[in-house]
Amino acid sequence: MAIDFLVHEAADGVGVAVVEGLKANQEITGWVMKEDQTLKIKIISDIPIGHKIALKDFTAGDTVIKYNTDIGKVVAPIKKGEHLHVHNVKTKRW
Amino acid sequence: MKNTFFGYRRENGRVGIRNHVVILPLDDLSNAACEAVANNVKGTLAIPHAYGRLQFGEDLDLHFRTLIGAGSNPNVAAVVVIGIEPLWTDRIVQGIAQTGKPVAGFAIEKNGDLNTICAASRKAMEFMQLASEYQRTECDVKELWVSTKCGESDTTSGIATNPTVGNAYDKLYAKGNTLLFGETTELTGGEHLVLERCANDQVRKDFQFFFDKYMKVVDDHKTNDLSDSQPTKGNIEGGLTTIEEKALGNIQKIGRKAPIVGCLDKAVTPTGPGLWFQDSSSAAAEMVTLCAASGFVVHFFPTGQGNIIGNPILPVIKLCSNPRTLRTMSEHFDVDVSGLLRREIDMDQAGDKLLDMMVRTANGRMTAAEVLGHREFIMTKLYESA
Repeated sequence: MAIDFLVHEAADGVGVAVVEGLKANQEITGWVMKEDQTLKIKIISDIPIGHKIALKDFTAGDTVIKYNTDIGKVVAPIKKGEHLHVHNVKTKRW
Repeated sequence: MKNTFFGYRRENGRVGIRNHVVILPLDDLSNAACEAVANNVKGTLAIPHAYGRLQFGEDLDLHFRTLIGAGSNPNVAAVVVIGIEPLWTDRIVQGIAQTGKPVAGFAIEKNGDLNTICAASRKAMEFMQLASEYQRTECDVKELWVSTKCGESDTTSGIATNPTVGNAYDKLYAKGNTLLFGETTELTGGEHLVLERCANDQVRKDFQFFFDKYMKVVDDHKTNDLSDSQPTKGNIEGGLTTIEEKALGNIQKIGRKAPIVGCLDKAVTPTGPGLWFQDSSSAAAEMVTLCAASGFVVHFFPTGQGNIIGNPILPVIKLCSNPRTLRTMSEHFDVDVSGLLRREIDMDQAGDKLLDMMVRTANGRMTAAEVLGHREFIMTKLYESA
């Protein structure tokens, strides 16, 4: 099965698009690498290759988990299937 | 991976994979004479750089370590040093001479550029003809000192390309190779994972010291959260959002098996095999130059968005898994591991692919960066000159 996005671990709240041209309203297929699971999600934004997809709803102040580790804080609400990046997530450091 | 390769055994017992005769300036003022010598004597390599005047204290020590280390690197057969005055020039010469390799110094004051170029060219010609007769001999792969640093990373770096280096590092650690990583600020958010890998309390303490010292540099000079610098504009374009996310991808390069046996200051040479941390900038050319100065002879450089760096004396093997980058700038890459993203190959196969390219490179295959003429030699400067 062709894979559209990858997730490092099942505990992560985000996946990464690994193909070009993912468009809003597509249902896409992902692979959780550590646990070797597949999952499907409907995206609600265009997702460029390499960019992240929220796998659940987030509210401001939430922590984003990737590699089963804290990668930063949510600064604007994010819906499941939405593009998650610098416009809605910031570092907790520096 | 083959267990042996054909390399150049140097006077001090170390093994190099290139046979450069380097024309090395002590300072910025001597670049022109070095380039003239390299133009006169075909096959020699001038390494111009920006510094060397009125530096002092720790910054001056680092300047000397970097130049002496670069000249001492086993990829270098012989060195001609040119400086504006004789005393610091001789300091570089004496430092490189410790390796036993041919080295000679020339000073411009009281001679001028033209007489210096003439005398230095004659010596460079002698060295070039000497080095051209050196033969490669069969050496054990474990004698390769291998360094790594990633650049213009994106999320595919953390998923596929950096773990490929990690897989190769695990295999090289098992063989007994000497391995290096660094990029101090780029461990921010994953420093606890590095600390867990330290072999003992002293190594942990040393790592924490270097990490805290670099954090103070950031805190003292920052004007924002470093977004666009760390992560870079390219990182963000490639989908990396925060330094924490970038760091967790970066750390994949050190694999899962090797304990960190020691922490080194910049341009300091390891004293034994195993995985070493070196305090260093995360800017590609600065860090790779420090690797060259520390005696490393081959470098793994994973990239996502396409950093195109090379180094004059340390061959940089570039690997990538991002299909868009591989399609749009393919000439820059030595190893394509995009099959990982499509689940066509597994990590073990990707690591082997990189190690095969390492042996081919050690045997003499020129890297993409070498063929394209990338010779970024960038000195790390700690603060203003006096």
